[in-house]
This record gives sequence, C-alpha cells and structure tokens, in this order.
Amino acid sequence: MTLLGQFALWVALLLGVWSAAVAFSGRWQGREELRGSISGAVYGTFAALAVAALALWKGLVTHDFNIEYVAAYTSRNLPSGYIVSALWAGQKGSLLFWALVLSLFASLAQLLTPRRYAALLPYVAGVTSAVTAFFVCTMIFAANPFERLAFTPADGRGLNPQLQNPGMMIHPPMLYLGYISITIPFAFAVAALLSRSLDTGWIHAIRKWTLVSWLFLSIGITLGMWWAYVELGWGGYWAWDPVENASLLPWLTMTAFLHSVMIQEKRGMLKRWNLGLIIGTFLLSIFGTFITRSGVIASVHSFTQSNVGYFFLAFLAVSGILAFTLLYTRWPSLRAEVQLDSMLSREAAFLFNNLLLVGVAFSVLWGTLFPILSELVKGTKITVGPPFFNRVNIPIGLLLLALTGVGPLIAWRKASAANLRRQFTAPVAAGLVTLTGLLASGMRDFYAIMALALAGFVAGTIVQEFWRGVRARRRMHGESVPLAFTRLIGRNRRRYGGYLVHVGVLIYFVAFSGMAFKREMEATLKPGQSVQLQSPFGHTYTLTHMGVSQFEALNRVVSAATVSVMRDGKSEGLMTSEKRQHVDSFKRPTFEPSTEVGIRSGLQEDLYITYAGSVNGTEEAVYRFTINPLVWWLWFGGFVLVFGGVVTMWPGGGQTVTSPRRAVAGYEVALVGGDRE
Amino acid sequence: MNGCGRREFLGRLAALAAVPTGLQVQDSLAGRGDVGTLRDPYSAGQPREVTRIEDYDERIKAIEHRLACNCGCTLDVFTCRTTDFTCTYSPKLHREVVAMDKAGKSAQEILDAFVAEYGEKALMAPKPEGFNLWGYLLPGSLILAAGAGLFAFVSRRRVVVAAAGTEAPGAQPSGTSSTATPEELERLRQALAEVED
Repeated sequence: MTLLGQFALWVALLLGVWSAAVAFSGRWQGREELRGSISGAVYGTFAALAVAALALWKGLVTHDFNIEYVAAYTSRNLPSGYIVSALWAGQKGSLLFWALVLSLFASLAQLLTPRRYAALLPYVAGVTSAVTAFFVCTMIFAANPFERLAFTPADGRGLNPQLQNPGMMIHPPMLYLGYISITIPFAFAVAALLSRSLDTGWIHAIRKWTLVSWLFLSIGITLGMWWAYVELGWGGYWAWDPVENASLLPWLTMTAFLHSVMIQEKRGMLKRWNLGLIIGTFLLSIFGTFITRSGVIASVHSFTQSNVGYFFLAFLAVSGILAFTLLYTRWPSLRAEVQLDSMLSREAAFLFNNLLLVGVAFSVLWGTLFPILSELVKGTKITVGPPFFNRVNIPIGLLLLALTGVGPLIAWRKASAANLRRQFTAPVAAGLVTLTGLLASGMRDFYAIMALALAGFVAGTIVQEFWRGVRARRRMHGESVPLAFTRLIGRNRRRYGGYLVHVGVLIYFVAFSGMAFKREMEATLKPGQSVQLQSPFGHTYTLTHMGVSQFEALNRVVSAATVSVMRDGKSEGLMTSEKRQHVDSFKRPTFEPSTEVGIRSGLQEDLYITYAGSVNGTEEAVYRFTINPLVWWLWFGGFVLVFGGVVTMWPGGGQTVTSPRRAVAGYEVALVGGDRE
Repeated sequence: MNGCGRREFLGRLAALAAVPTGLQVQDSLAGRGDVGTLRDPYSAGQPREVTRIEDYDERIKAIEHRLACNCGCTLDVFTCRTTDFTCTYSPKLHREVVAMDKAGKSAQEILDAFVAEYGEKALMAPKPEGFNLWGYLLPGSLILAAGAGLFAFVSRRRVVVAAAGTEAPGAQPSGTSSTATPEELERLRQALAEVED
C-alpha cells in the first residue's frame, strides 16, 4: 500500500502542477477542452489524494509498523478511534490530511459555484491547485508519510497521551478545515484580480465559503480551548500560547472581512481593504502552520515540529509577494464608488470595528513575534506571556465589545441625534444598571466590571433589535410572538443570525471576566483528611481525600485519586483525578505519566481537581484544587456563536444577491421585499 | 497526631495557616485514614513532597505568576509546578523564590534577582522600558493613529464636499426616491421605524 500511496502522491503533484500551469497561462480562454482539463485535474488531484489517505489509513489500521509514521504515532493497544485520528496526529499525516481536504474543497468550489462566476473558476482552480501542489511537494520531498523503516518494530510508540482525548479527534480537523477553507476565498480574490472582474461578484461567490471557514475556525478554537482546559491540566483555557495565537489571527481578520464586506455590498466601498483582508487571512493561516510546525517559537501545542516549517516560510513569502503585487497592479480599478459621509454612521462604526479587529490581530502577531524581534535588536531573550497580552489586548477587546453593540444600531450614511437617542437610550441604561449592580455587589476588578457592563449594554442592543423586529411583524402581519420571532430570524437570517453571533461573543466576554475571580490552592491529604475552599460566589467546598486506587486499562496503568465533594454542607458526590502511565502492548512505558483532571462544571463555577502525585509512594496525595468561575458559559457561548453562524449561512431566507444592494434608500428595499436586511 | 513525621507536621501546619485566607483543613475523619502503599508508585508520577504553607502562599504565588519557567513549557513557575508534574525546573525555581522571601527580599527584589541570574526571559512579560516599550505601545498607538487619521480624513472631506456644494460621487440623495411618492415614503418610514434606523 505504501507504493500505491507514493504513486498517488506523485499523480496528485503532477495533476496539481498541470492545472496551475494551464490556468495561469491563460491558454484556456476560448478553448473549452483546456478549460475542462483544468477542472478535471482538480477532481483527479482529489481522487489521487483520497487514494493516498486510504493507503495510510490502511497502514494505521493494520498496524504496519514498518511505516515510520505508523510506528511513531500508534501502537497495537491504542483505542481504535485514536488509530483513525492518528492520520492528523503527526506532521506527515496532517500534511496529507490538509492536502486531501484542500483538494476536496477545491473540487467543491468547481462543482458548486454558480455558473455566472464561471469566468473565475479556471483561475480559482489554478490557485487551489498551486497550493495543493505545494503541500504534496512538501510531503514528497521533506515529510513523506509513506517512508519505511529499515526494520519492523514489534509495536509502535503510541500516541502522545495528551492527544488521547476525544476533543483531539475533532479539534484539529475543525481547525484544519478552517485554515484550509480560507484558500477558497483567497483563490476567488486572486481570480477576480487576475480576470479584472472587480465588481462585487467574487464577494457573492465566496460568501458561503468565508462563513464556512469562519465557522470551522470558531469551532476549532473553542474546541482547542476545551481541550487545553480538560487535558493540559493547568486550570485555564487560553494561555496566549503562540499556537493559540496563530489560530486566533485568521479568525480575527476573517471576522473583520465578514463585517467590511457588508459595506462593499451596500455602499461599494472598501474594495481594496476587503481584498487585502482576504489575502492577509490566507497568509495568516499559512503563518499559523509555520508557527505550529517550525518550532521557531516554543509552544505547548506543538506536536509536529520539523524543518518543514521553513518550507512554509518560503511559501508564505512567495505567495504574499505575488498576491500583494497583483493587488497593487489593480489598485486604480478598485476605487470606492462612494465616500464615507459621516463618522456617525454604520459604515464608520464598521470601519472602526475593522480597525480594532485588525488592530487586535496585529497586536497578537506583534506579541507573538516580539521575542524574536527583541533578540534580533537587543540580543536579549525575553518571554512574552499572558501578562503582556492581557495588558495590551484587553482594552482593545473591550472597545471591540462596545462596538459590537454600537455597529448594528447606528444608521447607514449618517445618524441623526434623534436616531442615536432612540437607539441607544435603553441599551446604555442596561449597561449602566449592570455597572451599578456590580459596584454595589462589591466587585472591584476594573476589567471584569467593564466587560460585564459592556456585555449588559450589548445585550440591551440585541434584545431591543429582536423586540422591535417582533413588534413590527406583529403590527404588520398580526403574528403571535413566537411566530413573529421565528419568521423574523427566518426571513432575515443574515442579520439576526449575526445578532446571535454577537450574543455568543458577549457570553464569551462574560466567561472571560469570570477568570479574574479564579481561586486555587494546593493541599497534601491523607485518606480521610479534608480541606475547605471558598468560592467567589460564596460557596464553601469541603473536599475529602478518599484514597488512591491503581488499575490497568487498555493501554495504561491508572492511579486514580478520589475526592468526596461537599458544597455548603451538602454532598455533591465523588470526583476523580488520574495519573496515567501509558504502556505499549508489552507493558513497557511509552511516555511520562500524564494527568487527567477531575472537573465538576456548573453555571456559576467549575470545581477543578488535579492529582499532582503521591508522597513516598503512599496514598497520601498532593492535590491542586481550583475554582474557575463562569467557565461553563464559555462553552455555551461557543455553541451560540456557532449556531448563529449556521443560521446566518443557512440557505434561503434572504435574497440571493447578484448585484450590489445599496443602502442609500432603505425604503426601496422595504417596498420590494417587505423585510429589510 | 502522635508520631507524625516532620513532613506531615509541616503539611498540617501549612493547612492550619491557611485559615485566615478562607482555607482551612479539618480532620473530621482523623484516625480512619490509613495511608496505604501504592502498588506501582512509578505510574503515579514523580514522588511529591508534602505541601507547605509557602507552596500556596498568595504572595509567593503572585511572584511566581510573574516568573517564567525555563523548562520550555511557556507557563509561569506557579502554573508549571502545579501542572507539569514532571518538570524539575519549576520546583527548583519555587525553592529559590521561597528562600529569597524568607531572606526578607521584597517581590520586586526577588524578580530583579531572577533577572540578574537568568536574564530578562525569566519574567513572564518584559519590563515596560527601553525597546520593550515598542512591544507594549505600538499596537495601541497604531490603532489610535489610524483612528485619528480616519477621522481627520473624513472630516476634511466633508468640509471639501460642503464647500463644493455637491454630493460625493456615486452618492444618492438620502431620504428621497425617484420612484416613491411622499405618501409611500411616509408609510414606509413609519413601518421601518420599528425595525431600523
């Protein structure tokens, strides 16, 4: 099967190069057979990479330890789910997975794009094929997943224990899907530039792709936080680690694009900016891959470091230079159709929103790279950790949260004083009431107070929007409240789905603010001994160590420390935290013992128990007990955000835009559609 | 309590000392807690020492949250020593912090001592001075500058447009339509007032 896999990789490379070469040469114009061969090569690349992936999967499932990748990431006693997910557990396999998914997306772009954008498709195929060819080339020449060993070990090394978590079966693919799908909007942007089709057509063609990409990134990032929380065991979910930052960067710029694209659609402005954002987002996705794989910056998330990172650096440089040069050559054709009329307008609010989103992205990138810069300039190594990022980014993040409320309420073109008064009185009051309540309750953490008060304001704006929409439908159509609410969302999914996304964002901020009140302590307990911990919500936890039991599981020896939990004198049951010593099928230890935390999650707070180890090989256990307030809301916020995103992109419900809709006279839209976006 | 060892005594002392900060140890099941021996101590990770008061003293913790562990984990000393239980660096650094604290050094003096010994990378965030100020101030400054530039650009443009007495190219007169009658406009304004502005 390895031979077949190798062969399939070469076929994929040749097809990719052919497709890219023909597409960029422009010879396909007027020659239908060449045009067909371009898209045919895209489908062929996908088929070849599917064969390669199946070949590697077969090696994994059949424990063919002569394949270096199989021996490095699996063992005979690895649970079957992780054998399947081992395809993306290591460098070489994840490159194959990346190329496979990219070729799938490239094929879908060819198949699903409406025919009115047919002129763009050969160039789109060219870009996606070039990127796919790069990945395949990297595999063949630097990270071949089908490389064989000189001997066949009796068993493999097994999967890193930190990757043996259900979240890791979903989190990396989601993040990859997010990263990879960015290539499609990028390809359409380049196609628009090359073909000089610089109207809003390419934007409509990529709308679903940008949302898909943003959704996958959102899911991937949230799952990544969840994985870090339950698996890494440090009691938090975001550490401003370089790899975490790398995933956040394209998400931020993509979010900026999703906002600014509305201005181009409605006002014909920001054409250059939007193209720049898409190019930048693509480059940041490659940058993230470079960071993850190069080891140039230390990270707890890097499991796949090698010299391959420098291939990505070179690719990043070349594609950046080419794309921005192309943008520069089309610069004069990308003039705005109208100019900004007023700073008190939705366009201006979106502009500032973009400024802040890109500003945060720059700030995160700057902080991530600052250690390298410092070493270059001063010759001094420094650490740039959470205190730095929090100090720089929290104020910007709070401004962004405020704009989340301001943007949707302010009028297009120019807001009047009456408009501002009418729109903002109730939300500002909601924010002030929240602020007063927090101060009265004794809260003094400035940033937490600001986050919660602004969340109150934003919640006020969203509730007001839904309430007005429902009331209008009830007046105009005589509908009941639930029906009016459902139809309000159903008829204008983009707008109200967007509001749901904003709800998710504000829940995120509420959850983030909870971590300001985290409580943690260490204790050494013999069986029967207890310790008490006070939560920020005033609950008293009594934690009694019950003992440590040891037993063997499928591929590990488990030492399980059990704690009896009482909250305010009432029993809450038992919690267990484990030490796991993973072994291969010959019972030989494979990795250092890992820790599995015990988590009891609630709406107010999580009780988070970590078994650190035992004293003198006895049942006397050392624990770290942590109370993390409001963490449950982070996962719920992620769900709401993703749900809102799905509503936004769900087919139907809104107008299928084929020409720019202008917000110059809202009543015209109302006359035609009855509902307004 | 009879016959308790030094470590156990220190552990209990540490726990008792936590009472004023809201943490307290109780011995409600005293006498019932036989300490069994683990069948396979190796698989339970590195042997641990009994927790002492200084291990979770808030002051020590605050200092350690500002110091980076040098094992390559990217975590601070406190988080690393209470998370990555295989790290041998963070416990050592913790002992250094405790020793300096016991010697009467202030938090800043301890941080300075770490910088002197391990270099600036010992801090979780660089000091906001010299070249490091670029790190702290550049993002915010750029955002402010871009915001101010945008504001100035739009304001100047509005003055120019007003002086010329013309609308911007491509802009249509707001609030009017060549196709709608005044009655239609009024009706629509009333309807849309409910859902937009």
